Amino acid sequence: MANFILARLWQGFIVVFCVVVFVFVLTRLVGDPVKVMLPLEATPEQRAVFEQQLGLDRPILEQFVTYLQDVAVLDFGDSLWQRRPVMEIIAERALSTLLLTFAAIFMAVAVAIPLGVTAALRPEGTVDRTIVVTSLIGLSVPQFWLGLLLIIFFSLQLRVLPTSGAGGFRHLVLPALTLAIPAMTRIIMVVRSSMIEQLNTQYVKTCRAKGIAAWRVVWVHALRNSLVTVFTLSGWELIRALSGYTVVVESVFAWPGLGLTAIQAIERQDLILLQAIVLLVAIMVVVLNLVFDLCYKVIDPRIRLS
Amino acid sequence: MSDSSNNISMQQSLTEVAPQTALVRPVGSSVWHDLWADKAAFTGLLFLLLLALVAIFAPLIAPHDPTSQNIIARLKPPVWLAGGSSEHMLGTDHLGRDLLSRVIHGARISIMVGVATVLLAGSVGILVGLCAGYFGGRVDAFLVAVIDTVVAFPGLLLALLILAVIGPSATTVVVVLAFNGWMVYARVTRGIVLGMRSTPYIEAAETIGSKPRRVIFRHILPNLTAPLLTLGTLEFARIVLAEAALSFLGLGIQPPASSWGLDVASGKEYMFRAWWLVTFPGIAIALTVLSVNLLASWFRVTSDPVEREKRYARRLVKTVKRQLRRNPVVDNPVADNPVADNPVQS
Repeated sequence: MANFILARLWQGFIVVFCVVVFVFVLTRLVGDPVKVMLPLEATPEQRAVFEQQLGLDRPILEQFVTYLQDVAVLDFGDSLWQRRPVMEIIAERALSTLLLTFAAIFMAVAVAIPLGVTAALRPEGTVDRTIVVTSLIGLSVPQFWLGLLLIIFFSLQLRVLPTSGAGGFRHLVLPALTLAIPAMTRIIMVVRSSMIEQLNTQYVKTCRAKGIAAWRVVWVHALRNSLVTVFTLSGWELIRALSGYTVVVESVFAWPGLGLTAIQAIERQDLILLQAIVLLVAIMVVVLNLVFDLCYKVIDPRIRLS
Repeated sequence: MSDSSNNISMQQSLTEVAPQTALVRPVGSSVWHDLWADKAAFTGLLFLLLLALVAIFAPLIAPHDPTSQNIIARLKPPVWLAGGSSEHMLGTDHLGRDLLSRVIHGARISIMVGVATVLLAGSVGILVGLCAGYFGGRVDAFLVAVIDTVVAFPGLLLALLILAVIGPSATTVVVVLAFNGWMVYARVTRGIVLGMRSTPYIEAAETIGSKPRRVIFRHILPNLTAPLLTLGTLEFARIVLAEAALSFLGLGIQPPASSWGLDVASGKEYMFRAWWLVTFPGIAIALTVLSVNLLASWFRVTSDPVEREKRYARRLVKTVKRQLRRNPVVDNPVADNPVADNPVQS
């Protein structure tokens, strides 16, 4: 176990290091940060001052070392847009994003399991067909468009939920639902196929032969074996949402999280804030990956013991 | 993977048995027959063909120039609503541009970006996967490490950073999306190649002295066609959605070019007054992606002998049940069953 954790930690470190190097190469070598961050009409003197402020006039290797040192202590400097430390802004916004993604994945799993199991009871039956086709439609609808449709329906027609922003629980419903739907449809498909497989196994037949109630066979005995797959998939979905899809949803609903901040940073040409968000999300993703892997090992005795 | 070798032997045994069961249909026609039987996938294919034609002949079909503005005729509703005119079938946007023409031209961008990205990501991924799977050992370990690392990158956020630094354009979008997508192809290819590495015919090819390049491209690659086609189709759907999302965020296709995602974004401001501006481009995206998904799920089943067998069995059971209902005494329902086709022979 200790070896496993060490190996995974090392792997995670490599990933973060690669992202750090990638971001450095991208922002300092491929692109010209001064050109991105200063307005077009800036004078050469302004450029020179700006370069000096950011330390861009020094040799590239020296820049790289300073950059690594800063990243190691999570000091990304001041945001150009808000004129205060980037970490302060991120600390304010990160919780909203985590809240949104966890709420969305929770919602997705809570809906997907009953639907997936129901579909698996009679493969190719009417109920199954309906669930599969609906999932396929849910998977095909662009997320940002779905969000707008939900706003039109729930906020403008029914007037039951707020259109955007953050506040109480009511503000969370629509963004979380929008973020949840694609994940939900993918989880439904996996629950369905995994349950179809489980319901055809010998142990399920034994359970039925013993006379265990039909619902118990399905919802307790078979489902338990499908849950490991569902858990892994939910972890992936959470990471997937966190590492990008929240950007779209947050910008549709003006949800004050990291994704919206990233978009605002781009609009205000604040490369310092944007690169800090990318690096921090990369670290979050690596940490979550590790946590899920460990949980996975603990949950499934077949993996734990082998 | 043991799967693929299993399939091969299964296919062989079934082709031997098939002629005796008198269920064989002419090769070639069976694919179309099979597609026709799946009405959803068939409709999807029709829609995609239509879309491709529309995209190719967009300037001829579109009633207006998608970029020509007309401030007097701005925010006109579609033709069937009060105030709409047949001049603008789907209405006009906030600059008086014809929405139908914009949707038609948007199809071009979506398809072009989708195809280009799939080709780019596919070629890189397949090459990496072939090398990793075929050479094995250290090469494999290194390539797998690279794949695992890139997979763990925060994809879309990194894409935003790249687009912000380099500046958004159709080419950048393709490169960025391909950078996020090549790993899937590499993983699938590597998995299949690893499974095939020890099959007799590859060993035979090596024994008679074929060079690695010949073995890889001539003997291994053809076996990858079906799974990679399915994957490519699914990826195409994903990329159409991703391009739309990036354009919606203002980091994809730039005005004055028209893209479905861009149109939804500009229509968002007028959502409450002019619902058609977000609705129609959105429907265009959804229908395209849905068609691709339907086609891909049909193709996945058709190209996999095991899955196809299952589907064949299900259809047979259905037919037999129907026949039994109509005519309770049937000696051998399989032998004189007119509806059943043999899915294995294609």
